[in-house]
Amino acid sequence: MLALDRVGKTYPNGVHALERFSARIKPGEIVAIIGGSGCGKSTLLRAIAGLDRASTGTVTLDDAAITAPHAKIGIIFQEPRLLPWLSVADNIGFGLSDLPADIRREKVDRALTRVGLADKAKAWPRELSGGQAQRVAIARALVPQPEVLLLDEPFSALDAFTRRDLQDHLLDLWKDTRPTLILVTHDVDEAVVLADRVLVMRPRPGRLFEVINVNLARPRDRASPLFENFKRHVLTALDRSLDRNIPDADPKSMAGEAMWW
Amino acid sequence: MLHSSARRVLAMTMSAELHVTRERADAIAAPPASARLRRYARPALGLLLPLGLALFWELWVWLGYSNGRLVPPPTKIFATVMELAKSGELTRHITATVSRVAAGFGLGVVAGTVLGAISGYWGLARQLLDPTVQALRAIPSIAWVPLFILWLGIFETSKIALIAVGVFFPVYLGVMGAILAVDRKIVEVGRIFRLSGPAMIRRILLPAVLPAYVVALRVGLGLGWMFVVAAEFMGASEGLGYLLIDGQQLGKPAQIVAAIVIFAILGKTTDWLIEVATAPLLRWQDAFGRQSGAA
Ligand SMILES: Nc1ncnc2c1ncn2[C@@H]1O[C@H](COP(=O)(O)OP(=O)(O)OP(=O)(O)O)[C@@H](O)[C@H]1O
Ligand SMILES: [Mg+2]
Repeated sequence: MLALDRVGKTYPNGVHALERFSARIKPGEIVAIIGGSGCGKSTLLRAIAGLDRASTGTVTLDDAAITAPHAKIGIIFQEPRLLPWLSVADNIGFGLSDLPADIRREKVDRALTRVGLADKAKAWPRELSGGQAQRVAIARALVPQPEVLLLDEPFSALDAFTRRDLQDHLLDLWKDTRPTLILVTHDVDEAVVLADRVLVMRPRPGRLFEVINVNLARPRDRASPLFENFKRHVLTALDRSLDRNIPDADPKSMAGEAMWW
Repeated sequence: MLHSSARRVLAMTMSAELHVTRERADAIAAPPASARLRRYARPALGLLLPLGLALFWELWVWLGYSNGRLVPPPTKIFATVMELAKSGELTRHITATVSRVAAGFGLGVVAGTVLGAISGYWGLARQLLDPTVQALRAIPSIAWVPLFILWLGIFETSKIALIAVGVFFPVYLGVMGAILAVDRKIVEVGRIFRLSGPAMIRRILLPAVLPAYVVALRVGLGLGWMFVVAAEFMGASEGLGYLLIDGQQLGKPAQIVAAIVIFAILGKTTDWLIEVATAPLLRWQDAFGRQSGAA
């Protein structure tokens, strides 16, 4: 269980990036965090990752306080951040240096096959496309089998087609070990297709604004009317979080929870 | 009638096909040929101008348009080199110069690397150390010569010290700058995987700094060769710099040009050695420089 208890962050320059953010996230749950630019999503994720310390409040994973990077918490950034001097295979095995070489190689090989890049094992990162590089980053984060995987707009630099492909792929990989996923995104479609819960944040200072449970069976059909309803619901919440009022397009979908079944 | 025209069409088609096949075979054979051209012809292209000039001057003197006394023709220079080589003098001078450069370069690299790494890694050390180093850097290194001679005597020590000073600054600046320029985002990857301090240095900082370090070494070596001449001007009994001075005092331009050519060859060779030795470590880099022939 990952517990965020009134997490707040004030940067040294006085910016209140985040205020009293609380949430409890169950093991294996997929949570999407969505909100306007600058509302503290990255700040929150970095606090959970232990990269920056929260100024107030606590982050705990199974009752252990997180104040520094933790072995059970992995993160994937917007950019792949591969080490350019390591081959694709060595990048994936980067977090496994404690393991004996043969076990490491076996895990890396399996991960390579799993992300469909078995033929790129010896390639340099510069020889990969953006989507391939992000796949390597996903594999690198997943091979140490984290219990919590944080993703900060992982697909936002990719084209729409590759993005969908990787969303499906991420879900597929998630099924292997079912880590908790916390995904920051700007893409409503992405949030609804992936998440069990969408947390909508509002800016200045960054706060939790609304929680939307996406009770849709997987695999989710992006074209179904139900899917559209959830999307509209998230969009409406986003708009209200920015203090802009739009008329509700479909009052029924505002229930947020399960609807007509 | 119909039969024969059909045959002709068939023959035409076949010959066309043959033609196409041959063309395709050419197309397949073409890349290796052009690659070979790129590999060997391009450097050869660079040799064209100096060889052409040398040949021109040789002919010019041979035809009697110039006596070639101040600018000796290539054959004369070659003869001078052979003469020096035969008497064993050449080896002695080259050994003297190369060992001075090696000692000075080694000292300069060690000092520059250690201090540059300290300044790059610890902010406090940088604030303490860097202003002083930068101030010293502003002094033209040749200005140290009289002081070094007073302190260290006229012999080897002062010469090596001067070369080391010349090598130190580019290495120091290169190492410090490279460490400061390491991408924070890449360092964060190391933090996420909870690397210890030494592991962070070994697995993230060193490889990230290496390309800039190689450049710094090459610049430092170039300065080392520059400063060895200055060092050998300040009174030496052997060395290529001595050959230069000796040639000037005894009016032997062929000896001067010979020494210059040997300097050029040694400088280029040692630079190339660094490049070749580090190339396997830098294979991951984008090969822009190599493709466009900048290297
Ligand atoms: N290192 C920092 N120092 C000072 N202020 C910062 C720092 N990082 C972020 N901020 C500020 O904190 C606020 C929240 O930033 P954060 O990066 O968390 O937003 P975000 O929700 O991730 O935005 P985006 O969607 O654009 O990525 C912003 O106002 C930003 O200017
Ligand atoms: Mg962000």
